[in-house]
Amino acid sequence: MLLPSAEVNRIAQLARLHLQPEEVSGLQQDLSAMLALVRQMQAVDTQGVQPMAHPLAMVQRLRTDQVTEQNQRAAYQAVAPQVDEGLYLVPRVVE
Amino acid sequence: MQVDSVMQQAADLRAGACSSVELTQSYLARIRQLDGTLNSLITVTEDIALAQAQAADARLAAGSAGPLTGIPIVHKDVFCTRGVRTSCGSRMLDNFIAPYDATVVSRLQAAGCVMLGKANMDEFAMGSSNETSFYGPVHNPWSVDAAPGGSSGGSAVAVAARLCAAATGSDTGGSVRQPAALTGITGLKPTYGRCSRWGMVAFASSLDQAGILAHSAQDVAALLQVIAGFDAQDSTCAEQPVPDYAAGLAGDLRGLRIGLPQEFFTDGLDAAVAAVVQQAAQVYESLGATLVEVSLPTSQASIPAYYVIALAEAASNLSRYDGVRFGHRSAQADDLAALYAHSRAEGFGTEVKRRIMLGTYVLSEGYYDAYYVQAQKVRQLIANDFQRVLQEVDLLLGPVTPFASCALGAWQQDPVQMYLGDVYTVPVSLAGLPALSHPAGCAQHGMPVGVQLIGNYWAEPRLLQAAHQYQGVTDWHQQAPDLSWIG
Repeated sequence: MLLPSAEVNRIAQLARLHLQPEEVSGLQQDLSAMLALVRQMQAVDTQGVQPMAHPLAMVQRLRTDQVTEQNQRAAYQAVAPQVDEGLYLVPRVVE
Repeated sequence: MQVDSVMQQAADLRAGACSSVELTQSYLARIRQLDGTLNSLITVTEDIALAQAQAADARLAAGSAGPLTGIPIVHKDVFCTRGVRTSCGSRMLDNFIAPYDATVVSRLQAAGCVMLGKANMDEFAMGSSNETSFYGPVHNPWSVDAAPGGSSGGSAVAVAARLCAAATGSDTGGSVRQPAALTGITGLKPTYGRCSRWGMVAFASSLDQAGILAHSAQDVAALLQVIAGFDAQDSTCAEQPVPDYAAGLAGDLRGLRIGLPQEFFTDGLDAAVAAVVQQAAQVYESLGATLVEVSLPTSQASIPAYYVIALAEAASNLSRYDGVRFGHRSAQADDLAALYAHSRAEGFGTEVKRRIMLGTYVLSEGYYDAYYVQAQKVRQLIANDFQRVLQEVDLLLGPVTPFASCALGAWQQDPVQMYLGDVYTVPVSLAGLPALSHPAGCAQHGMPVGVQLIGNYWAEPRLLQAAHQYQGVTDWHQQAPDLSWIG
């Protein structure tokens, strides 16, 4: 079953990916084929099975509430596309 | 030309038979000669390499050298390297100069390793042929028309073509084991949580693990010794003691029980690969191991479960690329939503977009239980299968890939066909187990074929010992591709 183009556009919107109109039909094909593959696991009987989120039974470690990081704003902003006076710039959000 | 083995190089450096600067220059010359054809490296860090080699020689002269001091390696470009571009094979990070070193990188540097460069890879480690890289495909040195495997294809080719002594890689669903198999080298994916992932660009966080590619199990053991162990910077890095891997290599294999999962030897398996695995099984038997047929019934559902989980996690992890804090930023956006959507559309390649889209779909409202939760339940059944058979046997032996080799370009239009090639590696990844791939024969046209050994959690010593003993009585790991026709 082919994924409708409206559904492809909805997913792209959720994923924050701009699609060119000519990309949609290829993605309909690709995503439909991928979904047909992953749907094969619906045949597995998983009644009563606990979902496994993580390979190891680990617990989150706690640490003392102390400052461990120093301010490295200049180093981190050196790789930012647009900054000004220590702030990240984005297009105007509020008029 | 210098010797290939890390251990032999380390001995030569200590004995003064060569210097690290000489060794480094020899590799850099070989990179200049061959890598224009192979494309295994995205960035060559010649100045850093020579400075580190000089420092290594000083440590060797002063008698303060460690076991790996002066050994030239490359890092997969998934690992952050301070002051050096860390692209992850993507246009998105083409301009990204990492502000810090990954723990794997800083530990190998502290051990005295020399960094020759950053290895090519599938974009964000998403691919099984190393063709999704923004920097172009990597060519297999055994046949330049063949794919080297992925996603650590650049690392594998750099080792196989003798452009470095060893390399780091990362393995989410087979990305160390599969390229190691297709290029005739040895690769280890450690237990999930064995090595720190701090500074390793995330793909799928419940699966990703750092690994090592080298010529032999002995060399892999030497590098694993350095990168394994707890790191407080990574909350998924286990507080598990690190054994002496080199010490565990000795000893024969008498009494070792090796299981052959019957689901790994079905119709989908190439006959030449099946023959190589059977021959390897006989070698292990001759070394004293007992072969036992076992069954992993749920492994047949591993590809669907893996792709749902990996892509859901990828969609989440890759949401950080927003064109604001680092990475590519679109010039054609006049509001914030468009800045995100255009920066991501321009920065990501086709395969990464497909995967983000599928991952977003399976996590979206109304589909979460049917896909993501079902995949996690299947994952539990797969892990249970392994625990059941690993009560009966010590290790499992099987193929790495269902095919003997793959031509470049064969999968570009058919991603599902590429995913199906991961059938023997992803079950192990879902369970979080360690696995090692080592060369064990060749197929048509002399292409190398690998086999996969799988162990229980933290069983790296047993995997390395078995492979080391195998390599003591065979020479597949010493075969080198003929590259004399290049340049």
